[in-house]
Amino acid sequence: MTDYYELFGLTRSLNLSLDDLQKRYYDLSRQLHPDRFMQKPEAERQRALDMSSALNDAHRTLKDPIRRAQYLLGIEGFDIGEQRSKDVPPELLEEVFELNMALEEMRGGDDSARPQLEQAEKNFSRMLAETDQQVQSLFEQYDGAQSRDTLSEIRNALNRRKYIQNLVSEVERTLAPVPQPLIPS
Amino acid sequence: MDIDFTSTGHIVGIDLGTTNSLVAFMDLTGPRIIPGGDGAQLVPSVVSIAPSGEVVVGNPARELLITKPERSVYSVKRLMGRGLGDVGEELKLFPFRVASGSESVIQLQLGDRTYTPPEISAMILRQLKLNAEEYFGVPVDKAVITVPAYFNDAQRQATKDAGRIAGLEVLRLVNEPTAAALAYGLDKRESGIVAVYDLGGGTFDISILKLHDGIFEVLATNGDTHLGGDDIDNLLLRIALEDVASEWGEDLSRDSEGVQRLRRAVIQAKERLSFVPVSSIELEYRGKKYQREIGLELFNKLIAPIVDRTLGPCRNCIKDAGVSVDEIDEVVMVGGSTRTPLVRSAVENLFRSKPHTELNPDEVVALGAAVQAAILSGAVDNKLLLDVTPLSLGIETMGGVVSKLIHRNSTIPASATETFTTGVDGQTNVLIHVVQGERELVKDNRSLARFDLKGIDPLLAGMARIEVRFLIDANGILSVTARDRRTGKEHSVEVKPSYGLTDEQVEKMIQESFEQAEQDLSARQVREQRVEADAILLAVDKARKHDAYFELPDDERAAIDKSVNELLLVYHVDDHQLIAAKIEEVNQATIKLAENMLKGTQT
Repeated sequence: MTDYYELFGLTRSLNLSLDDLQKRYYDLSRQLHPDRFMQKPEAERQRALDMSSALNDAHRTLKDPIRRAQYLLGIEGFDIGEQRSKDVPPELLEEVFELNMALEEMRGGDDSARPQLEQAEKNFSRMLAETDQQVQSLFEQYDGAQSRDTLSEIRNALNRRKYIQNLVSEVERTLAPVPQPLIPS
Repeated sequence: MDIDFTSTGHIVGIDLGTTNSLVAFMDLTGPRIIPGGDGAQLVPSVVSIAPSGEVVVGNPARELLITKPERSVYSVKRLMGRGLGDVGEELKLFPFRVASGSESVIQLQLGDRTYTPPEISAMILRQLKLNAEEYFGVPVDKAVITVPAYFNDAQRQATKDAGRIAGLEVLRLVNEPTAAALAYGLDKRESGIVAVYDLGGGTFDISILKLHDGIFEVLATNGDTHLGGDDIDNLLLRIALEDVASEWGEDLSRDSEGVQRLRRAVIQAKERLSFVPVSSIELEYRGKKYQREIGLELFNKLIAPIVDRTLGPCRNCIKDAGVSVDEIDEVVMVGGSTRTPLVRSAVENLFRSKPHTELNPDEVVALGAAVQAAILSGAVDNKLLLDVTPLSLGIETMGGVVSKLIHRNSTIPASATETFTTGVDGQTNVLIHVVQGERELVKDNRSLARFDLKGIDPLLAGMARIEVRFLIDANGILSVTARDRRTGKEHSVEVKPSYGLTDEQVEKMIQESFEQAEQDLSARQVREQRVEADAILLAVDKARKHDAYFELPDDERAAIDKSVNELLLVYHVDDHQLIAAKIEEVNQATIKLAENMLKGTQT
């Protein structure tokens, strides 16, 4: 399996310049894309297909900070497996319980739960932003010292983040406005 | 731009459209459309099969659609890669019948034979191939063909099959909006964020691209492969049929010719409404008249639900692309249906900027395909398309739930690897069901194929480790390979496509099509030799009145007369080589006569 960092000629850091990544991606695409090998023998064309799919998979992974961190955890030997999104972070238990009640009411057609949900959406979005900040500072901590303890902390933070992210998406879906028709009848 | 066109053959770009198809080519002056023998750039995507078996394509077939509707097919693109269950409702409006046994591949009954949609599409492709060959004077056997960006794997595979049946090596399938962006980028803009809104005869696509220094990177795409101008036509047609029923007191919908005449009338009325505020649907048929005025306001009200259906995919596409509306520098309009005023204003409202309509919306996709052909030939080396897969790819897991492996809008080629094992002691094969779509449950997605991993060593349950690699290539088509992780040995994978033709079926069709092409070619060669014969017979006729003819010795005059008679004898034989041989004999017999006549004029 190709190491995604190696493929891009990058060291294993969690903070990456996206502009630099994109520049490298475009340069490598120009070299490796199957379009460049159409007039070449079958074996070379097959290699180009393998290389450019690996390049695209690597780019998709590294350009997103969360996927990037999960990938790094994986190659550093951490079991990331399925995100345990069913384990509610204990400090959120009560809030999540109330949120689920409100979501139920809203889906049942009871619009009176709307203000509560909108408030919850704000709260959880703020929490998400805080978690992101925490993740960000852990990234910097890791890039500075490359400690496995930091990676372990990152894994826990990512699990918590995933949980909150799911809550926010769920609330957004439930509150989603119905698009206005083109010509009101 | 670095362009070298000398070293490579002619690779053409083809826009295989629902309503019209085009073939284009790129040279030093840029991409351009290759006209047909009649000088027209658009070849209507209509095919008619004469009782003799002769295939008629394009404008002549459009006439036959009126007079011989039951032997004619239009909008076949809507049936590509689909099963009967997908298209049952709209089939009712088509004039042709569908034969039984059409569950996984639709069979169209035309006269005493049935044809699949890829075979009908192949007839259109063969016409375009012929047009290009006549234009260049050399054989053309490689092409880039465009498909709607939102086409799934089966629809793409069906298009590729059509190319093969037509005798074309399909070097690449390119998404239509991406091709349009390529033509547009070449012409107008080198960098920025561009949205392409492509509403054609039968399909709708929206794509958002980032243009940067010759790279055309698709950020996201969305669409509906069953939405287009046809839906507007069908809507107006239903209304007109109801009108006629109440005015004439008869149900015209059972009369194929009547329906096709009325269909043509509503299309004309629709097209006029792009330029004038009031138009009318007019039909004169079997001594009766029908006329109905239709104003733009009413028209807009009628078609609003159809136009509205394009906006949801646009919003989702913007979201998936991760851009805001204000970051989009330009909206490019593609497809004939974007001439409709309501479409333009809806797009303007949504994107908050005036859409770009300078390029001919009928031609821009074919031109882009020609540019991509030049990229693949190596003639253009400073441009590169990075496209995406429009739909997520997943496999069926316990309880009929989908486990996604490759998410929609992933840049292609893309791959994913998954390890499978056995659930029962001694199990020697594993069946993997692959689906495409965004929904949670298998039954709500599109079944793509079942892959059967065979010949697994019989072990205790859960001991086998089969690593399966799913690869979507640059055409957006899936392939699957498998490897035993214990032994490292490659596994055979048997593919059972859910919709579409098997390889054997395609091979058989290629053979039949080859025979058809041979017949077509020899008919053309016979026609050409007869034209030659006409010319030489006319010349000999004139020469026989010349003094030089009478001055020839008797035996030479007799030889000329004999050769002319023999040519006349074989003139109506369908053998171009025989006619050519007799023409040559006349040539030989008249050499001296020709020389003498020439001397006569000189002295």
